[in-house]
Amino acid sequence: MYEFSRGPLVWIAFIVLIGGTIYRVAKIYRDSKKERVVHPYMSLSHGMRSIAHWLVPFGARNMRMRPVFTVMSFLFHICLLLTPIFLLGHVMLFEQSWGISWWTLPDGLANVMTILVVVAVTVFALRRLAHPVVRFVTKTSDWVLLVIVAAPFVTGLLAYYQVFDYRTVMILHMWSGALWLMVIPFTRIVHMIFFPLTRAYMGSEFGHVRSARDW
Amino acid sequence: MKFKKTPESLVKDPGLDETIKNLTPERIVQVVNRVLTKENSARLQAYLDTCVHCGLCADACHTYVSRDKDPLFAPVSKVRQTLWELVRRKGNVDGEFIRNAARIAFTECGVCRRCSMYCPFGIDMAYLLLIVRRICSLLGVVPVYLQDTTNSHSVTSNQMWVQQDEWIDTLQWQEEEAQAELSTVRIPLEKEGADVMYSVIAPEPKILAQLLGNMAIIFKAAGEDWTMPATDGWDNSNMAMYSGDFEIMGRVERLHWETAARLKVKKIIMGECGHAFRGAVYDGPRWLSWQYPPIPMIHAIEYYYDLISSGRIKIKQKYQEHVTIQDPCNTVRGRGLGDKLRYIVDALCEKFTDVDPKQEHNYCCAAGGGVINCGPPWKRSRMLSNRVKAEQLGKTGADVIITPCHNCHSGIEDIIGFYNLGMHVKFINEILVECMEKPEESEG
Repeated sequence: MYEFSRGPLVWIAFIVLIGGTIYRVAKIYRDSKKERVVHPYMSLSHGMRSIAHWLVPFGARNMRMRPVFTVMSFLFHICLLLTPIFLLGHVMLFEQSWGISWWTLPDGLANVMTILVVVAVTVFALRRLAHPVVRFVTKTSDWVLLVIVAAPFVTGLLAYYQVFDYRTVMILHMWSGALWLMVIPFTRIVHMIFFPLTRAYMGSEFGHVRSARDW
Repeated sequence: MKFKKTPESLVKDPGLDETIKNLTPERIVQVVNRVLTKENSARLQAYLDTCVHCGLCADACHTYVSRDKDPLFAPVSKVRQTLWELVRRKGNVDGEFIRNAARIAFTECGVCRRCSMYCPFGIDMAYLLLIVRRICSLLGVVPVYLQDTTNSHSVTSNQMWVQQDEWIDTLQWQEEEAQAELSTVRIPLEKEGADVMYSVIAPEPKILAQLLGNMAIIFKAAGEDWTMPATDGWDNSNMAMYSGDFEIMGRVERLHWETAARLKVKKIIMGECGHAFRGAVYDGPRWLSWQYPPIPMIHAIEYYYDLISSGRIKIKQKYQEHVTIQDPCNTVRGRGLGDKLRYIVDALCEKFTDVDPKQEHNYCCAAGGGVINCGPPWKRSRMLSNRVKAEQLGKTGADVIITPCHNCHSGIEDIIGFYNLGMHVKFINEILVECMEKPEESEG
């Protein structure tokens, strides 16, 4: 089980992630050609301008209106993306298999970042319950996604602190991590892939076509 | 999902209540699937899949903020109650569902696109609610007053049943009125090869005719070579764009552009109206598969700005009242004319206090996007949906609100009355004609 999770599962997860991403982008690109109002109005500079404003903390009015949420959201996304890539344990696995390695996070910092992800997911979950609008538009799938996103980080922490049976926790960690990677293209986590596309389109519509700002 | 009962769901409107009786389940499924799969594609899919249900759009909406943050009125909630369900059930919904979807899409959203500026992904919720309107329109379920304007466009090409003889009579009457002030003023009809065609919307000849006379004086003072058509094709206000009847929308815009082409004008100046500008410059050409308008079109804001900044029109005496601005969505968020609007107001007025939030971030008037055209049955709902506007304007302490848009004008007047603000609304044209230097005076 451990060997399968360590080997083929990782391959499967990345193939599904990359294949799924290519499929989604190719499909949305093809469909967007059918909509005559997308491609003729796209502008690289205005698209990039819009993306930049929404990738920089407090770059948009909506972010300035809710500073606590903005900080939370940025920390969550940064930690969520960077921790798995630069975690010493993960890089070592690549080194063992392929002999390649790269810069890694100090253990203590990685630990804090992982905890931040779990805390942020908890806050998002509480917000889904507490904010009337968010509660009104929350579907069961939103809860499932929160669990899928949190699971690799929770199990990672359990493994780090060696709570429960280490081997079992590690297998759970690898499976939940693989699941997380695989659902990206096929659930609302696809916003990770579509963000630059929808943002660039809106940036072009506002900036290029209408000479207005969209942040 | 069942619709929650709100006082608005009890409003009687034959355009919704009677028309849903003719619907069959098969017809609803057929129309919904046609619109969702044949008329829309990548944008709809990307927006539905990307929305993470975070609710960050809520505070952008005047309806939501004005109604004590009732979750039913947030932009994403409006989409959830309408489009999400139509997609999930593949159109297997009943007439009552369509009635409520129409109520939400037509009367509780003005498609002002403010929310799309607050969505981190730039999801265009106004577009999503226009899809709902399109479905309702194809099913014949449209508020009766709004449908009447679309019918008027279909018959007369203008939105208020103005007949050709009435149109010409009104222009001649306004020419005489203007001549009382400046004897050499003309309103030139059908002048082929003029530099400019001036476009107005039907409320001008119908109820605000003096605006036409004012413009004739301004054109005279500026020495403009201009004309207006004597035929249909002078109005592009286009309520069909908002009722979801895009076929009629396309016809109205095509006739408008063809009329300008027939007159061989170099450009069109659009009077002080926002959604007419949007229809003519964006929605119309796109429906007709033209990337951009065939003849350049500028909005009155740009024209006044050019006149004042170039010195073609000089200001004799500044307007003395304390003024503020209502930024129209379709020319400020839709064309970036907020700075030019402020330049004009600064040049014309002694005392100007800006609104907060302003420019692209200004709150919607809650009248545009066809909302005010839904008529008297929905007026109270419209007033309750824009308390935030009354508060925003009240804070400026101004006496006069300047807005270069007919929908904003009417909507803000209603709000002033409902919330007892004791303010007045003016078009730029009314103040400009009062404050500018007129040719005969300079000659004398």
